[in-house]
Amino acid sequence: MDIKNLSYVRSDMLNAQPAPLSTKTVSGWVRTNLLATPKDTILTLVAVVLLIWVLPGILDWLFFNAVWSGANRSVCTTVAQGGIQPEGWKGACWAFVGDRFQQFMFGRYPLEERWRPMVVAALFVMLLVPLLIPKLPRKGLTALLFFVVFPVVAFFLLHGGVFGLDEVETPLWGGLMVTLILSFVGIAVSLPVGILLALGRRSKMPVIRMLCVGFIEIIRGVPLISVLFMANVMLPLFLPTGWTIDNFLRALVGVAIFASAYMAEVIRGGLQAIPKGQTEGSESLGLSYWQTMRLVVLPQAIKLVIPGIVNTFIGLFKDTSLVSIIGMFDLLGIVRLNFTDTTWITPVTPITGLIFAGFIFWLFCFGMSRYSAFMERHLDTSYKR
Amino acid sequence: MTDHAAIAPSEARTLRSYAYDPKFRGIFYQVLTLLIVLVVGWWIFHNTTENLARSGTASGYGFLRGRAGFDIGQSLIAYTSDSTYGRAIVVGFLNTMLVAILGIFTATIIGFIIGLGRLSRNWLVAKLCTLYVEVFRNIPVLLIIFFWYKGVLDSLPQVRDSIALPFNVFLNNRGLAFPNPIWGEGAWVIPVALLVAVVATIVIARWAKQRQAATGKQFHTIWTGAGLVIGLPILAFLIMGAPLTFDSPIAGRFNMTGGARILPEFVALYMALSLYTASFIAEVIRAGIRGVAKGQSEASFALGLHPSHTTRLVVVPQAMRIIIPPLTSQYLNLTKNSSLGVAIGFPELFSTTSTTLNQTGQAVEAISIMLTVYLAISIATSIFMNWFNAKMALVER
Repeated sequence: MDIKNLSYVRSDMLNAQPAPLSTKTVSGWVRTNLLATPKDTILTLVAVVLLIWVLPGILDWLFFNAVWSGANRSVCTTVAQGGIQPEGWKGACWAFVGDRFQQFMFGRYPLEERWRPMVVAALFVMLLVPLLIPKLPRKGLTALLFFVVFPVVAFFLLHGGVFGLDEVETPLWGGLMVTLILSFVGIAVSLPVGILLALGRRSKMPVIRMLCVGFIEIIRGVPLISVLFMANVMLPLFLPTGWTIDNFLRALVGVAIFASAYMAEVIRGGLQAIPKGQTEGSESLGLSYWQTMRLVVLPQAIKLVIPGIVNTFIGLFKDTSLVSIIGMFDLLGIVRLNFTDTTWITPVTPITGLIFAGFIFWLFCFGMSRYSAFMERHLDTSYKR
Repeated sequence: MTDHAAIAPSEARTLRSYAYDPKFRGIFYQVLTLLIVLVVGWWIFHNTTENLARSGTASGYGFLRGRAGFDIGQSLIAYTSDSTYGRAIVVGFLNTMLVAILGIFTATIIGFIIGLGRLSRNWLVAKLCTLYVEVFRNIPVLLIIFFWYKGVLDSLPQVRDSIALPFNVFLNNRGLAFPNPIWGEGAWVIPVALLVAVVATIVIARWAKQRQAATGKQFHTIWTGAGLVIGLPILAFLIMGAPLTFDSPIAGRFNMTGGARILPEFVALYMALSLYTASFIAEVIRAGIRGVAKGQSEASFALGLHPSHTTRLVVVPQAMRIIIPPLTSQYLNLTKNSSLGVAIGFPELFSTTSTTLNQTGQAVEAISIMLTVYLAISIATSIFMNWFNAKMALVER
């Protein structure tokens, strides 16, 4: 074969190509991330136009035109509306939020007793932070303090009526305080109850399995507001005549029932992912059912579904805002209550209040989701690829 | 089992051996649980009947035939305050379905766009979509509903200053008023024509698929189908002599008369539910598409498929298997969240039922109706989506 006569083999060297454009410089970054293809360029242009169109108005409204201090509605209303602002003025009324901040936090809790929720909040933070930092030791003790001792202390501090503390009725509770209490109780109850329900759903005993399936599916099939409504309207009917049940407790029961059903499904997902060999192995070692679950299956299962659990917590935290519909004053409820307050009634008050409440909710939920992402990485003991 | 019986013959069993027999213990625990549940159930039943008897409330569903006496601002079927409670609840149910179906439709579209946007290589678009998801996912939906309600209502003018849009449509703080179509005689032919067109399209699609499998020839099913579905009803409409008149709204000083209208409450609920659920759907879509192994699209490119074909024929069908189950639960969440319309006074199922409850005091009956309907919606959606999921699932041989 004549190897010299192959027309498709190059006979001369190619010239060196120019070096590829750098992607490290600013212009290189822009080229690869914003203007890579004609389609990308158009998308970038559309996005930029959208930002230029929307952003200045939002920033003006939120910051530059906003009113930051004042004592009543006159600072946030135009002259025609009886205030001091020029005609056509539009902006956030942060003065309203500043004036009502205490109320947004504590509701109508008596002024001279507000040190009590503050002490509870300080205790909460002091116990929660060591729990959240993985490196700190004595997790068991802290968890015991946090989930068993703290609720009792918090209840007596907030409610009073003992040790010379004045009694503060639950209708006076409100604001972020109520949102946090509802979420805490919902989380603290839903985790153990959810685990039990999930185990029950996977049980080999048909009666127990059916009861758990029925409970979980019914609660998950109906809206939370109907569960809350049921707790509000039906609980008093279910109890013997003469028994009364606190409105706040009714909401707590509703939230806890609802959260448990959702938690059960999340945990069931984890249980299903654990290979049967784990259970069999532990049984062959002579461990009982509860020992198997407690020491072998649940630790692995729960670790698997931590993102799901935290998502349920976030959902629960957001869902507590629904108690404002059944006449309680959580953060959203107390903000809405202030819409009709004559001291601060202006066209911009409602939106300002809602943005503030939304920001608080956002802070908590975003924080939780970030923490969950961190824990996921921290607990990931599988082999890194 | 047999060798077990040989070691411990049944006549030698003591009480102790029963206590350690897992089978016996299982039965014992189940009977115990059942007994506890029955006793608690009986106790609740007893208390409830006693409480109801004391308050003098008659039980039973007879109240559904009573006169409702309250108005409903937006209704898909004829309703006045003289209608029955039963009809009021049906109106609420239809409004729930309306907002749920429209919301699901819109949320899916927005969710798809945002979810794909987050995967975009365009930095700005990806960041904007991430911002959208992180903002809406971490705020209670009730707050978004209020935000829209206050935002929409506050910026709209009074009735006398209504914004007049083309075709006799008026926008004001009582909602969007538009001409109400009144169908004349022979209008029934139009839905029949639509049905015929849909059936014909399905038949054609089957035939085209078989032909393509046999001969490789392609057929423009989409265009033919679109032509049939749009063309046939219009043809029927024209043949029947255009049996359609409009009842246009007239702006009064304080209120609109005539026409049909969409409440601002509806718009607020619909927008809030769509935007909120879209942020979750976006995450579902993103997870689904990222769940398809990269080798799949690489292999598809290696076979010479165009990127758009790779997406349509290789990536999306596989991503759908991951997407459908969580998407179903998002749809169900949206439907259930529509009950929050009660907070802004949109007459959906929960709202009309609780008004009925407040007026009649029939707590047990009203709540049982409401729970049953929501459960039925949930179960129906689950069954449908499970069927769809089974159809899409990987057929393993």
